[in-house]
Amino acid sequence: MTSVSVRDLSLNFGAITVLDKLNLDINHGEFLVLLGSSGCGKSTLLNCIAGLLDVSEGQIFIKDRNVTWEEPKDRGIGMVFQSYALYPQMSVEKNLSFGLQVARVPQAEIDKRVARAAEILQIQPLLKRKPAELSGGQRQRVAIGRALVRDVDVFLFDEPLSNLDAKLRSELRVEIKRLHQSLKNTMIYVTHDQIEALTLADRIAVMKGGVIQQLADPMTIYNAPENLFVAGFIGSPSMNFFRGEVAAKDGRSFVQVGGVAFDVTAYPARTRLQPGQKVVLGLRPEHVKVDEAGAGDAAHQAVVDIEEPMGADNLLWLTLAGQSMSVRIAGQRRYRPSTAVRLSFDMGVASIFDAASENRL
Amino acid sequence: MLNLVANNSTVTEHETVPVRIKSGPSGPKPRRTLSRRNIVVYGTLIVVALYYLLPLYVMIMTSLKGMPEIRVGNIFAPPVEITFEPWVKAWAQACTGLNCDGLSRGFWNSVRITVPSVIISIAIASVNGYALANWRFKGADLFFTVLIVGAFIPYQVMIYPIVIVLREMGVYGTLTGLIIVHTIFGMPILTLLFRNYFAGLPEELFKAARVDGAGFWTIYLKIMLPMSLPIFVVAMILQVTGIWNDFLFGVVFTRPEYYPMTVQLNNIVNSVQGVKEYNVNMAATLLTGLVPLTIYFISGRLFVRGIAAGAVKG
Repeated sequence: MTSVSVRDLSLNFGAITVLDKLNLDINHGEFLVLLGSSGCGKSTLLNCIAGLLDVSEGQIFIKDRNVTWEEPKDRGIGMVFQSYALYPQMSVEKNLSFGLQVARVPQAEIDKRVARAAEILQIQPLLKRKPAELSGGQRQRVAIGRALVRDVDVFLFDEPLSNLDAKLRSELRVEIKRLHQSLKNTMIYVTHDQIEALTLADRIAVMKGGVIQQLADPMTIYNAPENLFVAGFIGSPSMNFFRGEVAAKDGRSFVQVGGVAFDVTAYPARTRLQPGQKVVLGLRPEHVKVDEAGAGDAAHQAVVDIEEPMGADNLLWLTLAGQSMSVRIAGQRRYRPSTAVRLSFDMGVASIFDAASENRL
Repeated sequence: MLNLVANNSTVTEHETVPVRIKSGPSGPKPRRTLSRRNIVVYGTLIVVALYYLLPLYVMIMTSLKGMPEIRVGNIFAPPVEITFEPWVKAWAQACTGLNCDGLSRGFWNSVRITVPSVIISIAIASVNGYALANWRFKGADLFFTVLIVGAFIPYQVMIYPIVIVLREMGVYGTLTGLIIVHTIFGMPILTLLFRNYFAGLPEELFKAARVDGAGFWTIYLKIMLPMSLPIFVVAMILQVTGIWNDFLFGVVFTRPEYYPMTVQLNNIVNSVQGVKEYNVNMAATLLTGLVPLTIYFISGRLFVRGIAAGAVKG
C-alpha cells in the first residue's frame, strides 16, 4: 500500500523548472530521505507534498486520496522545519495545541494529545516555557511534538537537524529513528547531509536538478551508485575517480589510466566492458588496502603526500597514476609523508561508469 | 616536525631573560577620559546639541516673560518675573478670526482627526503589508508597484481631484473627509513598512501556521500581530507626528470650525491686527508641538521594549 504517491509532478517558477515530471511512490511506514545539494528541488518537492506550494502539473496522493488541490491542514501531514518555526509568543504547550485549537478539537482531547506527545519526546518539564528559553535541541523536539499531536499519517521533515551543532545532531538523529520505529508512520525527510540520509533512511532518493537520480536503499546507493553524480555525492571523503580506457589482455580486463593498469576482471559489470571504451573507474577510499612497499605489483606503488589521523581511522592522501587519491585505513597505524606504500583494490565493490553517459556499467 | 622542536630547544638555551615577567603591563589597557578622541566626540555632540536646543530655550524663556520684559529685547536672558499668563491665553483666549477661545478648539479637532486616522490607516496598512508579504496573490507585485509609485506623486497634484471626490461623496469639509484623506495618503509608506517587516519574519513560521490549519485572519491575529509590536510603534510614531503636524490638508479639506491645531496656530501667530504678542505666540507653538514630543518620549521607550519582547530568534 502506498502512503504518498507523486505522479508526473512539475513545478515552474516562471521560466525556471524546479521539478520536472517527477514520480515517486512511498510505502506505508517507510522512512524516505530526499537527499541532494541545495537547489536540487528536494525542499520544493516536500513543500509540494505539504501543500505549501501549488504545483504546475501532476498529482499528489496521500493514502490513495488525491490531495493535489487540498489545503495543507486537510492532507493529513505534520511538518517539522529547519528553523523550528515555533510561535515565539506562545508557550510550548500553546505551540503544541495551536493547530488543534484552530481545528476546534475538544479541550480534553487536546490535553490528552499534548500530554502524550510531551511524554514521547520527554518535554514535560518544558511545557510552560517560551521557545526563547529553550535550547536548539529542545526547540526541535517541540517542533516534532507539534507534528506529533496532529495525529497524522505522514511526517514531513525539512532539514530538521541542520541548525543544530554536531553533537546534538547525532543525538537527535537517533531519537528520530527511534520515534519512527515506535510510531511506524510514513516519514519523508529532506537533508543535504549524507550521514543523516544513510543512517535514517529505508530508501534514499538522491536528487539533482529536480530529477531523482537514484532511488534505493542506503547500501545500494553506497555500494552501487547508478551514475557518476550519485557516486561523487555519497561518501566522505568522496570516491576516487580515474578516467581511462578499457583494455583486455590474456583473458583479463583492465582499465588503463595513464601508465597504470587497474585489473577489473573481478568487477561485476552489467554489460561486458568493451576494449577501447572510455570509462571512469570509481574507488572508495575505504575499499583500498595499503601495505608496506616491497615486492609485488609495481604498478600500484604510491607515496604518501599527507596524512590526516581521525582517531578511529586514518586518511591518507597519495598520488597514483598522476592524480591525488584518498585512502581510509582502519586503526591507528601512522604513515609519515613520503612513505612508499603498495595499494591493492577490491574490484568487487568498485564502480565503473561510462565516460560519456556517466551511467553505471 | 622534529626539526622545529629541535630549533625551539636551542633557542631557549640561548635565552637568558626569564620568559615570565612579573612587572609591566597587565590586565585591561587604561583609557584616559580626556583623550583627543573623547574631546572631539563629546565636543561635537555638545555643539550640535546646543545648536538645536538654543531656539527651544529662547521659546520657553520668551513664553514665560511678560510683554514689557520682552520689549527690553534681550531674548537670551531668563525671565525676571515668571508668568504663565501667555500659556493660559494661548490655550483659552487667543483670537483666531471670530472665535476667541484659544488653541483648545484646535487641539480637540486635531485629536478627533489624528486618533481615527492613525488607527484606521495602521489597521488597513498592516493587513495590506501582511497580504503582500505572505499571500503572494496574482498581481501582488503590480499592486505593490502602483502603491509605491503613489507615494512619489506630489500631494499638490491630487488636491483638486480629491476635493471633487469628497464633494461627490458628501463629506467635503467634514472631519470624516479629512480622516479619509489622511488614511489614503498614509497607505503607501505604511504598507511598505509593514510589508518589509512581515517579509523579514521567518517564512517557515507562516508555513507552520498553515500546516496547523490557520487561515488568513487567524495567522494575522494570532501569529503575526503578537510579533509585530515594534513595527506598530514605528508606524504610530510616523502617523501621529505626520497627521498632527499636517497643515495643507487641514486647511484645504475642512471648514474653519474643524481646523486642526496647526492651522489655528498659524492664524494666531500670523494675525495682523493689534500688538504682536510674542510670548503668547511662543506658548501656542510649544503647546502645538507638545503632542508629537510626548509621543516620541513615550513610544521611544515602548519601542525598545517592543524589540526586546518580540525577539524572534531568541
